[in-house]
Amino acid sequence: MNQSPELDALNLADKPDGPGAAMMISAGFGVFVLGFLTTLNEASKGAGTWLASWQWGQGVGALAGKSTVSSLLYFASLAVLWVMWRNKDVDLKKAFYIGLGLGVLGVIGTFPTFFQAFAA
Amino acid sequence: MELTSRESWAVIHGLVLGALFLLAFAGALAGLWSFRPGLITAKGIQERVLRLKVGFGAMAVIAWGTVITGTWIVYPWYRAKLDQCAGLELPSAACSPRNFLLANVNGQTADWHHFGMEWKEHIAWASPLLATSAFLLVLYYGPRIIARPWLRTAIIVLLVGAFGAAAIAGVFGAFINKVAPIS
Repeated sequence: MNQSPELDALNLADKPDGPGAAMMISAGFGVFVLGFLTTLNEASKGAGTWLASWQWGQGVGALAGKSTVSSLLYFASLAVLWVMWRNKDVDLKKAFYIGLGLGVLGVIGTFPTFFQAFAA
Repeated sequence: MELTSRESWAVIHGLVLGALFLLAFAGALAGLWSFRPGLITAKGIQERVLRLKVGFGAMAVIAWGTVITGTWIVYPWYRAKLDQCAGLELPSAACSPRNFLLANVNGQTADWHHFGMEWKEHIAWASPLLATSAFLLVLYYGPRIIARPWLRTAIIVLLVGAFGAAAIAGVFGAFINKVAPIS
């Protein structure tokens, strides 16, 4: 049932929720990767060296890898899920809560008191 | 009255792009919050949707601009390996802001780096990811959002998350630039 009679005048076709679910999950996934890499950088010197290799001599350090890799994986996950679900009706609430859970874990991973506890 | 090149980039990063994003949040939130049945006509829906698309799109672009200028232009100056900080009251050409804070030469300043900068530099990158997804949701669903209160709430959560991350980064950035300015 349309809860908004104002929309009737616009004659809009329904859209599948798959792409919307992709947008929600990928946002949480990107933040999760950011937090995970932030903590991994602290725990592993090898990981820190690899993350710093993304700075291309600009003096950014490991932040270059953490930010670039998390951004790339955000767009990659968005593209993959969007294509997979472009014509499907995915449960939007479930997708939101998955994204929210991943995002909260990611934020915890970026919190200094947390990730510094893993210092190698 | 003049600014050095570094000061100008710090201003572009924080006072122009960062502040613009934080200010735009209020407009975006108000526009989405009141996008509900009974408050707006069919013609008003079309006008509001266009405004939401342009506003959310601009916020996403500004968020990316803020973190990219901050990380790739300003941050290398902050963390430069310059550690002749003894006796200084402010960072100098021989002492980077990071090393100035860690040296505790002008009060107990090390926690500004250990907590403030360490959180700021990481959490800031959550903002463009969340803002981009919020923008894409507005772009994809458009006027359909008005008939789906739960979807509107989910987009507001993404928007508030993007704002929260930017606000944490912005507040710590302002304080750190006060204690150890980039010049």
